[in-house]
Amino acid sequence: MAKLIKSKLNWEGTTFERTSVVDDEEPAAWTANAQLNCVGKSHPRIDGFQRVTGLAKYTFDIKLPGMLYAHVLRSPYPHARIKQIDVSKADKFPGVRAVISSLNEAKIFNNVLQFAGDEVAALAADNDDIAEDAINLMEVEYEILPFNADAEPHLISGKLQERQIVAPLDGNPKIYRRGNIQKGFQEADVIVEETFRTQSALHNCLETHGAVASWNGDELTVWESTQSIYHVQKYLAEFFKLPLNKIRVICEYMGGGFGSKQSSGKWSVMAALLAREAGRPVQLMLTRKEENLVTGHRAPTIQRLRLGAKNDGTLTAIDLVAMVNVGANGSLARAVEGPYHSMYNCPNVQTELHSVFTNTGPHGSFRAPGYVEGAFPLESLLDELAKRLKIDPMEIRMKNYAFTDPTTGQNYSAKHLDKCYQRGAEIIGWGQRQSINNKSSILRHGYGMASQTWGGGGGPPAFAWVRLNSDGTAEVNLGSQDIGTGVKTVFAQIAAEELELELDQIVVHIGDTARGPFGPGSGGSMTVASVGPAVRQAAIDARRQLYEVVGGYFEVPADQLRIRKGNVYVLEETKPRMSLQNTIRQLGEFTIIGRGARGANRYGTAVTTFGAQFAEVEVNTITGEVKVQRLVAVHDVGRIMNPIGADGQVAGAVIQGIGYALTEERVIDHATGIILNPNLEDYVLPTALDVPSIDSSFIDDSDIDANGIGAKGLGEPPIIPTAPAIANAIAEAIGIRFLSLPITRAKIIEALQKTGSADGVYP
Amino acid sequence: MPSTQKKLQFQDNVRGPGKVPVTLNVNGSSYTLEIEPRRTLLDALRFDLNMTGSKKVCGMGECGACTVLLDGKAIYSCLTLAVECEGNIILTIEGLAQGQNLDPIQKAFVDEEAFQCGFCTSGQIMSVKALLDTNPDPTPEEIRRAMSGNICRCGAYPNIFKAATKAAAAYRKQRPAKKNGGKHGETD
Repeated sequence: MAKLIKSKLNWEGTTFERTSVVDDEEPAAWTANAQLNCVGKSHPRIDGFQRVTGLAKYTFDIKLPGMLYAHVLRSPYPHARIKQIDVSKADKFPGVRAVISSLNEAKIFNNVLQFAGDEVAALAADNDDIAEDAINLMEVEYEILPFNADAEPHLISGKLQERQIVAPLDGNPKIYRRGNIQKGFQEADVIVEETFRTQSALHNCLETHGAVASWNGDELTVWESTQSIYHVQKYLAEFFKLPLNKIRVICEYMGGGFGSKQSSGKWSVMAALLAREAGRPVQLMLTRKEENLVTGHRAPTIQRLRLGAKNDGTLTAIDLVAMVNVGANGSLARAVEGPYHSMYNCPNVQTELHSVFTNTGPHGSFRAPGYVEGAFPLESLLDELAKRLKIDPMEIRMKNYAFTDPTTGQNYSAKHLDKCYQRGAEIIGWGQRQSINNKSSILRHGYGMASQTWGGGGGPPAFAWVRLNSDGTAEVNLGSQDIGTGVKTVFAQIAAEELELELDQIVVHIGDTARGPFGPGSGGSMTVASVGPAVRQAAIDARRQLYEVVGGYFEVPADQLRIRKGNVYVLEETKPRMSLQNTIRQLGEFTIIGRGARGANRYGTAVTTFGAQFAEVEVNTITGEVKVQRLVAVHDVGRIMNPIGADGQVAGAVIQGIGYALTEERVIDHATGIILNPNLEDYVLPTALDVPSIDSSFIDDSDIDANGIGAKGLGEPPIIPTAPAIANAIAEAIGIRFLSLPITRAKIIEALQKTGSADGVYP
Repeated sequence: MPSTQKKLQFQDNVRGPGKVPVTLNVNGSSYTLEIEPRRTLLDALRFDLNMTGSKKVCGMGECGACTVLLDGKAIYSCLTLAVECEGNIILTIEGLAQGQNLDPIQKAFVDEEAFQCGFCTSGQIMSVKALLDTNPDPTPEEIRRAMSGNICRCGAYPNIFKAATKAAAAYRKQRPAKKNGGKHGETD
């Protein structure tokens, strides 16, 4: 039975309460020592065959009879008003079937363009080449308006000061206070302060954003490369004023998201409008350049951080003023302040977060949004503090270890960060490391470490259906999607576990609003922890119903039945009554549907993930090249459902973290407001040659107070500590503290030239 | 506005040469297409032959997701015009498995989970194929070099290296007589 409950939820660094619909009572959680047959063991992807043969159909690969291809005309200026637009030449171009602009669809096309890349018009044509040709025939007269592409002018004399920021988005900064910050600094024996900068990083998921739209009367079907089919459905329903049952959204396979596909966008609406006008299906996939102009990015920040501490390293004050350039879409800065609040135990904390509107592409969520940006200054300055106090970096972190959640005082459902430190230190040889650097050597070595906290506990609403077929096989129907992490396989494992079936007897259907019940977006490291317990409950429900029927067949109460390795036993008997397969054959044709829903989160407990990473780097002082030689990652994320997939996620996050630390940066020309590197050549992503030896492991300890499966999220946590661990290792190697990311070769060479051989900081 | 009327009104744009016939040999079959000369091999595969395994990610030869083999050599099909490929032997990801039987490289990619989202995977596999066909016993460094033209944003590289190593062993077992062809199949 469905019922309404209240549950608290931690979503990407912000905790709030909301009402959610759940089903019945939840089954008891798997205990920490539960003997599980399928869960917790490495299983290759159940859809691996499709992914290695080219058979997996991504949105980009959808082809429908008569399908047209769309292109979009975008603003070449960071701020402009459309004075006049003439689409007639494009409209008359042979093969063009539909054109939309502010002339006929004023609801989505604005006359004032807020960034270079803002939508001006779109068209659909018989093929991609014609669409591209025709888009160039559109004639637009722009009135160029003054623009602001940069948050830097908001700085007062080069420094970020309290309450003097101009033009924050909502007029007020987001302020958090704990204890008394003045008192904290008065109590301090030592105070350190620096202003840090983090760059804009581009997601560059390999499949660009886009959609295929097809109308059947007033029913709309949309394939979209999205992290949330239900979110897209709602967005389209609102735009087209259609009921939910007239809109079907499908995303069976997607080519990466990393947060950028969490939000819906105009691409799906444009595709649907063009399809309606042309009376034919339309595919609108963004080009790589468009992808990098309009679909979001990690917002650049400027963060002034002050730390106060006692001589023994105990933190007395954390004071942050941060300014985030959020671009043009109107959404506020992500939780940059999160790590400052909850990573360490400090009684006096104050943070101010300013969101600054600029005429640049809109920012968006990018893998652990905010926390990645916040962790770099915090973990860097903490190392500087340790250096000043002549304390080992790991010791200062243990000194300020938070045994309870510093923001609420609540107990953690589980926290093993201390074990992460110990194991990571052991693996990399932290205690034995010694400075082998002499100032005349070209190659210098250094070690660095950093810590991580992040939510990832999941929560309602999330639903699952498990269907048993009359041949004994099972199907799991979900309205979730697989962003690429392999959740399909994990859900099959959960169902196999509770149904006592082999993995290959389970098929998982995901990514279709017409087929699966509501599922949350694939974000916030929440999917397994939210949907997993629902799958488990649905499987248990289906099993219970099957046992009732089978019990009826053998004329014994259902609770005396046990189905093991495909055979039906009555509890005390050692010989099976019959194989399940044969039993099922006696039952005739049937379909059993088990239902499951994610239950509420507990109050009074903080469900959080933790981890620590240790980096070993070699810096070439002539070329400025940094080689990350080794990266040890130890994370505490509850039960590990599928070790091979978990290791892959950590390696992937670490590699993205290396890019963020050393090479990745969106570059904007300040004179024109144009992005100079919206491609994969000039925006430097890590390649096969940049990969260090990555040693990933887990404190694999089921968090039984978190949820019914004891697992927490893993997608985002491992990218958080990578860049600061590398920055700390570089500081140890060459004695220079870099205050901005990425730490490029050019910066290293310049810093070495400026400081000579002396230690110092470099902006 | 009906499209016929559009065509009558249209006069003032020159669109270059029209479609020309081209015969492509893909995965052992011959296909004759009518395509514009500007059509890339990638677009011809995807749009005209409905082989969507090869992906367009950058369209500029920066990422390797469109890698196919042309006469055994790994190429970026987004930088190759289809009309240039007449008479060449083209192998794509669709030509690797025999029905339900995966090629050892594909099997190794599944077993080692050498992907996450899978969007770059076709290109990665074809690059490994080009490498192993010319160098059956590559060193770890040779594998890295050969794969350096294929970007994986999910960062599955460590498992891709493992899969390539495993596949190399399987290839050697499968066809021990195959001689080293000399030059390694680096994507260029």
